[in-house]
Amino acid sequence: MNASVLPTVAGHAPASFLGIRGRIAIAAVLAILVLVIPIFNLVVPADSVFHLSDYAVSLLGKIMCYAICALAMDLIWGYTGILSLGHGLFFALGGYAMGMYLMRQIGRDGVYKSDLPDFMVFLDWKEVPWHWLGSQSFVVQMFLVVAVPGLLAFVFGYFAFRSRIKGVYFSIITQALTYASMLLFFRNETGFGGNNGFTDFKRLLGIPTATSSMRVTLCVLTGLVLVAFYLMSKAIIASKYGRVLQAIRDAESRVLFTGYNTLWYKLSIWTLSAMMCGVAGALYVPQVGIINPGEMSPAASIEIAIWTAVGGRATLIGPIVGAFFVNGAKSWFTVTFPEYWLYFLGAMFIAVTLFLPQGIVGLVRKLSTKYANSSKRGAP
Amino acid sequence: MTPDLLEDGAKRREAYLARQAAALIAGESGGQGASFGRVVSSTGEVDTAHGGILYVDDITVSFDGFRALNKLTLNIAVGELRCIIGPNGAGKTTMMDVITGKTKPDSGRAFFGSNIDLLRLRESEIAGRGIGRKFQKPTVFEQLSVFENLELALKMDRRVRASLMHKLTSADGDRIAEMLKLIHLKDSGSRTAGDLSHGQKQWLEIGMLLMQDPKLLLLDEPVAGMTDEETERTAELFLSLEGTHSLVVVEHDMKFIGELVNGGQREKKKIVTVLHEGSVLAEGALADVQANERVVEVYLGR
Repeated sequence: MNASVLPTVAGHAPASFLGIRGRIAIAAVLAILVLVIPIFNLVVPADSVFHLSDYAVSLLGKIMCYAICALAMDLIWGYTGILSLGHGLFFALGGYAMGMYLMRQIGRDGVYKSDLPDFMVFLDWKEVPWHWLGSQSFVVQMFLVVAVPGLLAFVFGYFAFRSRIKGVYFSIITQALTYASMLLFFRNETGFGGNNGFTDFKRLLGIPTATSSMRVTLCVLTGLVLVAFYLMSKAIIASKYGRVLQAIRDAESRVLFTGYNTLWYKLSIWTLSAMMCGVAGALYVPQVGIINPGEMSPAASIEIAIWTAVGGRATLIGPIVGAFFVNGAKSWFTVTFPEYWLYFLGAMFIAVTLFLPQGIVGLVRKLSTKYANSSKRGAP
Repeated sequence: MTPDLLEDGAKRREAYLARQAAALIAGESGGQGASFGRVVSSTGEVDTAHGGILYVDDITVSFDGFRALNKLTLNIAVGELRCIIGPNGAGKTTMMDVITGKTKPDSGRAFFGSNIDLLRLRESEIAGRGIGRKFQKPTVFEQLSVFENLELALKMDRRVRASLMHKLTSADGDRIAEMLKLIHLKDSGSRTAGDLSHGQKQWLEIGMLLMQDPKLLLLDEPVAGMTDEETERTAELFLSLEGTHSLVVVEHDMKFIGELVNGGQREKKKIVTVLHEGSVLAEGALADVQANERVVEVYLGR
């Protein structure tokens, strides 16, 4: 076989898909997650300069939840070319499934000292509605965290993709879907606490949530899930299935006429992406202590797309970088110049679209190859 | 009834059952006797026992009242290389859309071989049965490498799970390397397809088509944007496929048509079809068609 062909073939070998540097990087991230964060938060005394504050831990955990969403968005948008503006819905559904369990964990410690969640007592309900029947069980609710977003995405995606809805039309319909769901969840009769949503959580698996150790545990768990999803995405993209997805993005009609039924490819990655967002939502809710229909607002979904675009589409590390960069900037801006944050976000999105189509990661890669080339030329 | 008659009947019945069982094991059907008409199947291999690979019969397609195809009838024989010419808007591309399942006609029938009803199948299923199509505008997967483009086109299980588990065998690698050589992209395997020149993209798309191992190739203006040398090579390639594959070539370039018609297996007289306003205007040898007054009027004489 030709020499120029071989590297491409070797590049697909799944055994070496991380490489030495990749493995070291993953090991370093894991070490930071399971050692550095707990030690610097729990062991190092609070007055030390090395102490990691509870605020930092919960911020980190929150951003990593966002990073999972951005990664999920990248699979469907960056690699398959389908822009969803409704991923906030799947995130919120996962969050609500977790929130239901947390509401039942409050037990009789609520304001009304009832077995029912406070908002149900307030509405004068005598027993839990049918969709709350499994809410006492952690296992059932964890199943719902992935099953509800997955099922909704599957059914919605099946009809949308079968009808060949594409491009901006698909984006608008997903946007409408999340908006309609927000209106539905705002209603008290829907049984999810109306516009207040769920809050005042006390326990998770019987353990109090408002402690440093619980905060660190959730943060580390989120990090581990993020790493696992990253590796899973990497394996997916390195497979032939991943190349079919990219082929769909580049020329779907060619894929069809090559004999692939693109419906099942799009539907499978779409459903997986929704489930990943559901998991992110479930990890998010106990860390921030609240879930309400605001998470389903169109703006929330658009933000996920912005993180992905800023970090760099069609690179797996890009969306994670983007989620950290934008949300890091957000927490700094909203403290320093709260009124200018939205202007900054809009300006950043426009700048990235116009000048950095490959996002931050693309810029870094471009600069590093430029640097490598110039140093090569400079050498005697 | 007498006992010996009963016994005789029992023996005959046993012998009959044994024959039936033997036939079942041998995989034979129940014989030819009771066949009142063959069931048109949408699955399985194409049946070309009657010598035809494509039957397009009385197809009409209208878009908002405009008749893109008007009772078009076209038959392609196995191993034939058919050239189709016609002015813009004659319905050439719409015809390919109907054959490949992209457009459903208002009326008419389209069969692949004598057994596969094309109007009942989706694009991907039609491609899987053995019809490959090249688009007018070269359509390749721009962000993937040339090698990966060919790999995706390689004939194999197209389902999601198979793709997830797929590993490239060395035989597949060799096939791709052979194809790279055939389409003159031997040293470009790792290049990004989007960086290729227009002519090279056309070649890559033809290569992807051949990787699918189709029985019928539909080629929509395959040499558009190619240099003279590339055009010549393309004609050579198509002529080498003639006989083992059936080809339908839609083209504007009369020089290329001339090369196709006059090259290759000369003993077979190649037919050229002229389309006009959605139906066949003339059909016959190139010289006859070029001499046809109506053809000259609508197309060649412009």
